[in-house]
Amino acid sequence: MADNSLQVQEKKEVERSGEHTRNKPVFAPAVDIYEAEASLTLVADMPGVGLDDVTIDLDKDLLTIRGTVPNHATDRTSIWSEYAVGDYYRQFNLSSAIDRAKIEATMKDGVLTVTLPKVEAVKPRRIEIKAS
Amino acid sequence: MALFRYPTFADFGNPLAELARAKREMDRLFSNVSSRWPSGGFGAGSGVFPALNLSETGDTLFLEAEVPGVRAEDLEISVEGSTLVLRGERKADTPENVSYHRRERVNGRFSKSISLPYEVQADQVEAEYRDGVLRLTLPKAEQAKPRSITVKTS
Repeated sequence: MADNSLQVQEKKEVERSGEHTRNKPVFAPAVDIYEAEASLTLVADMPGVGLDDVTIDLDKDLLTIRGTVPNHATDRTSIWSEYAVGDYYRQFNLSSAIDRAKIEATMKDGVLTVTLPKVEAVKPRRIEIKAS
Repeated sequence: MALFRYPTFADFGNPLAELARAKREMDRLFSNVSSRWPSGGFGAGSGVFPALNLSETGDTLFLEAEVPGVRAEDLEISVEGSTLVLRGERKADTPENVSYHRRERVNGRFSKSISLPYEVQADQVEAEYRDGVLRLTLPKAEQAKPRSITVKTS
């Protein structure tokens, strides 16, 4: 296979203080975070999670994303297992001020996209230099 | 009087032949392992994308694979006998003129072929794709189904 063929990214289990009420592993989803002029966008891989099973919290500068995976049928015998099924949890400290009223989230094919628009004042402004 | 003799190099005969014998021994050991599906346990598996889980009931095999970000139309599944091939591409979906703070997600093509533990009825395979998880239902071929045999008493 060519160099660009995909490899499995192993899921990283999260260690949290406090016990979970659900007897399931919790993973930190792989994320991309990119910044454009007017907003910050977070993209997270959370396979198995539907839009209704995601919660996004922004408390001061702390952004928390959680995703829960529905329980599966148990009458099956596992014969081969390359990944574990579990919930997702990850927190980020945001550095720029976010306009929380305009936060938008979409979920498609197990990928969560959160758009966090910056507060007006934070957006870079071009300063004109007047020639005298 | 008992006679003790220290082993000398000559006792190993031909060291190369000895090495070849050891290799044959290892091959024999590992061929037993690789030809069979291990029984459960989480592992990185083959490391080839996507990671998949295989489970069964009496007459059906179930395969699940996590392929977040792959569109249903970019997934290609083919089954022949007991060989299943999964192909697809995860396309980058990012705008221009942005600066990355973090980049952990990877894009690219993938192709994985799996030797299923049973023959399946290729024309009866059903695929469902939801929330980035592909679920295949593969009915086992007639000869692979478990059979219960009634013992007759005379």
